[in-house]
Amino acid sequence: MSEETEKPTPETTEKSVAKQEEVIELPALEKGLSEKLTSKFGEKTSIAFVKENRVRVDVKKEDVHDVAEFIRDEMNFDHVESVTGVDFPDDKEIEVVYHIGSYTDNSLANQVLTLATRAPREDIPIPGKDGTRLPTLRDIFYSVEFHEREVFEMLGVYFDGHPDNRRLLLPEDWADLPPLRKDFAIKGR
Amino acid sequence: MTAELPPGLALQKVDERIMTLNVGPQHPGSGHMRIVVQIDGDYIVACDPDPGYVHRGEEKMAEYRNYITNIPHLERPVIHDSCNVLYPYVLGAEEILGIEVPERAKYVRVIASELNRCIYTQYWLAIYGIFLGHSTMFMWPAGDRELLIDLMEKMSGARVTHAHFVPGGVRNDLPANFEDACLRQVNYFEKRIKEYAAVFYDNPILISRTKDTGVLSKQDAIRLGTTGSVLRASGVDYDLRIKEPYDVYEELDVHTNVMKEGDSYARSKVPWLDMMESCNIIRQALQKMPKSGSVRTKLKPNPKTKGPETVYKRVESGRGSLGCYIVSDGKTEPYRVKMSVGSFRNLIALPYLLKGEKLGNMPSVYWSLNYWPVEADR
Amino acid sequence: MLKDLVTPENANVFVGKLGDILEKAIDKPLGYAINWGRIWSLWPVHIETACCSVEFGAASSPRYDVERFGIIEAFGSLRQCDLVVVQGTITRKMAPRLRLVYDQMPEPKYVIAMGACAITGGLYFDSYNVLPGIDGVIPVDVYVPGCPPRPETLIQGCILLQEKIKRMKARKFV
Ligand code: SF4
Repeated sequence: MSEETEKPTPETTEKSVAKQEEVIELPALEKGLSEKLTSKFGEKTSIAFVKENRVRVDVKKEDVHDVAEFIRDEMNFDHVESVTGVDFPDDKEIEVVYHIGSYTDNSLANQVLTLATRAPREDIPIPGKDGTRLPTLRDIFYSVEFHEREVFEMLGVYFDGHPDNRRLLLPEDWADLPPLRKDFAIKGR
Repeated sequence: MTAELPPGLALQKVDERIMTLNVGPQHPGSGHMRIVVQIDGDYIVACDPDPGYVHRGEEKMAEYRNYITNIPHLERPVIHDSCNVLYPYVLGAEEILGIEVPERAKYVRVIASELNRCIYTQYWLAIYGIFLGHSTMFMWPAGDRELLIDLMEKMSGARVTHAHFVPGGVRNDLPANFEDACLRQVNYFEKRIKEYAAVFYDNPILISRTKDTGVLSKQDAIRLGTTGSVLRASGVDYDLRIKEPYDVYEELDVHTNVMKEGDSYARSKVPWLDMMESCNIIRQALQKMPKSGSVRTKLKPNPKTKGPETVYKRVESGRGSLGCYIVSDGKTEPYRVKMSVGSFRNLIALPYLLKGEKLGNMPSVYWSLNYWPVEADR
Repeated sequence: MLKDLVTPENANVFVGKLGDILEKAIDKPLGYAINWGRIWSLWPVHIETACCSVEFGAASSPRYDVERFGIIEAFGSLRQCDLVVVQGTITRKMAPRLRLVYDQMPEPKYVIAMGACAITGGLYFDSYNVLPGIDGVIPVDVYVPGCPPRPETLIQGCILLQEKIKRMKARKFV
């Protein structure tokens, strides 16, 4: 790797000692990452879990754009590996999960930062025209382009500001519910 | 492109000159997908990939089957790399079900995974040969990969769809005398693939067709989030076997192959170099493997999970990093399974690379992205 | 006498009758020759539909070398092909394209359904985007089961198709 990537590990100092009691052995780097996020955004983010190599942050949909920008600019994460939509009909919400990784920072190479946000869910969806919307992250992470298109057709979450919200994988004449919603039942099941 | 047009073309307006061309799905140079390109004379001005011809709803089906019965259909996206495509799912399922894997099984997995990587890459190379009109390069890899298929057939009983990895280990122990046969075949295989350099990689025709076409710079490779050989051909040293070692890769000596150029030639060469590395890894693993012991922690037919949990596991497959995100709600079936596959991630580079390229270079650029449409569509 | 029979009005009818008689007379040997020619030039359309295409590719590899039977030679244009090997799953997006490809091929044309998916839907019997077999889209001549079928099975299927063509009426398509 080239020189600019060899940065010292961020935030492994005093901050990480503070909450050591709660979880038995918490890797310092992951802890540092989560501390960094909470110190910037405070109440807006909630750290769902900190596991080995994995940190998960839950944010509101209003804040997802700011948090993502912060993750890219200040924390050296540079690409999105996958965008997953998960349907929670009981909560009346659809969760969209971004798995963000880093190629440039060698110390973060084994880290995956999970950024999760939730969009309201409509019982009778009209994809693209109802309230199931999220701000797009394409202007921050270019790599989400096709992933967000996939989430749009599979769960009906419209991404505001995405330049190209077209259908990707499903047949052109698909007129049913978005197939990965829980109330779309496949035949015989 | 604009300055000096041939006399006939200069008479037409730009809009009239532009022609839309459908490549695929019935086309020798497209595979199972359609690429809509707009061409101006011989140059591509815009490209819109249209995948989805093999979208079979794997992720939806996975929600209706339990952790064991999900195995056969989750390996179908890449049947010639079936061990690697199952690997992250199996690792994730192990974490959710809370099972330990015996030491010997981990080594067997590494061997199977590396063999599969070679089998996949050989098939990919064979098709690359066809795309470039080089039939020797179809015959050689397609013939040599049968050697390794024989090994996998001995190990698991099936030619391509092994379903060999299960949560808790691997399905069967190695057959008798497998180690010797494996070492022999792999050594011969390595000797064979070294000969490809003479007929393919040093071939002036190949070099002139692939050098400096579809150049992906390092910044763009990172920005577009490409992965695997595409990324390494652009000069980013990133391989999950080193950066985030799973199973026993920590104990093995793994090297990556990185090239700086980022053109089609580099992208076609990195997987070939990786195959030699795989041979090294197999030899090391055969040496370090415990000679006996169990290879599978037995599970009940309908195993119980520990409780609600989400895991995201990733491995390095033949096409790059392959992630599996499993959401469990404590039932015996997963709540949601998402495969984040290398092919789908590399697809975004296609419109980017083809812009300004000649139409004749389209197959070489397209297939050098290490793209397997069935996997991308899932 | 012939002059009386053949008037300008019924000349066409007479010539047609003569053709029928002629054809009946040499049908057997002619049909045999035509069919013989057909069975050694089964060239498939280049349409891959799913993962079975891996084994289809392996069938032309040096170990199996299916071209030694004169069949399944990789070929470019569908206007010169007479065989569709449906290599696995047909999704709802692919089905209209498959039909389009089939319709554009000249007669005679034969179809091999390769793999469990092409026969019944196979593993994907309950998927929302997969057709339960291709019989509803195009007529099938030979079914080759397996998931995926080994190359040997595919070769056997092709040989079966050759046997079938031998017994077919060649005249139907003339
Ligand atoms: S029969 Fe099996 S190998 Fe063939 S397309 Fe279907 S799932 Fe794939």
